[in-house]
Amino acid sequence: MDLSLSTETMGDRTIVRVGGEIDVYTAPKLREQLVELVNDGSFHLVVDMEGVDFLDSTGLGVLVGGLKRVRAHEGSLRLVCNQERILKIFRITGLTKVFPIHTSVEEAVAATD
Amino acid sequence: MATVELRFSALPEHVRTARLVAAAVARRAGVDEAVLDEVRLAVGEACTRAVGLHQTGGISAPVKVLLIEEEKQFSIEVGDEAPHAVAGGDASGGGPDGEADEDEMGLAVISGLVDDVEVSAGEHGGLIKMTWPTTPPPTILV
Repeated sequence: MDLSLSTETMGDRTIVRVGGEIDVYTAPKLREQLVELVNDGSFHLVVDMEGVDFLDSTGLGVLVGGLKRVRAHEGSLRLVCNQERILKIFRITGLTKVFPIHTSVEEAVAATD
Repeated sequence: MATVELRFSALPEHVRTARLVAAAVARRAGVDEAVLDEVRLAVGEACTRAVGLHQTGGISAPVKVLLIEEEKQFSIEVGDEAPHAVAGGDASGGGPDGEADEDEMGLAVISGLVDDVEVSAGEHGGLIKMTWPTTPPPTILV
């Protein structure tokens, strides 16, 4: 399955809904989307990964890159994920300490630092 | 001889094919269903790394994947033909910082996922060998 991306604005937050597989082939599309959002002034991002079937280290790299970009503007990047197989990759790379991970978009949107 | 041997041009779009084939052969070999996600991810990471090394080094040779079914175990070998710095030599990681980081992250994921993994590298290329235990098919009682 290829990568699907859609965005939605909720207040000052921008929700990026991701579906399909994030790997070395598709990750550049996600990177472009995140770069475009930041360039357009969206600095508080919520990446909804509930539709993601597969995520590898290339995808992790893109998310870390997105976090660096929003932080340069004092923004935030929150993740929504309940899938154990995806969460495991964040755990073994220690990235659960880097990203706030929420169980729902509503919870992520309501969260403040 | 490998049960299945796969060679593919060092292009990102073929990594998914390698993941699918590896998972299918692993399932057939008797690797536990609960571990198949890990097999898929680990082989994807190893192939992604090999593709990156070939592209960075301008190597036209294909990436090679061997799927080896043995008694009580299943192994995957992912080989690249990128010349690696040998021990004591000039440690040229090659590529900008970002690529080196992704390379290390890929290896971190593999070593976090797979208990039995060997990484070797020499002047003529590198090899990542990963092994998982298999369970024999249940005996049919008549």
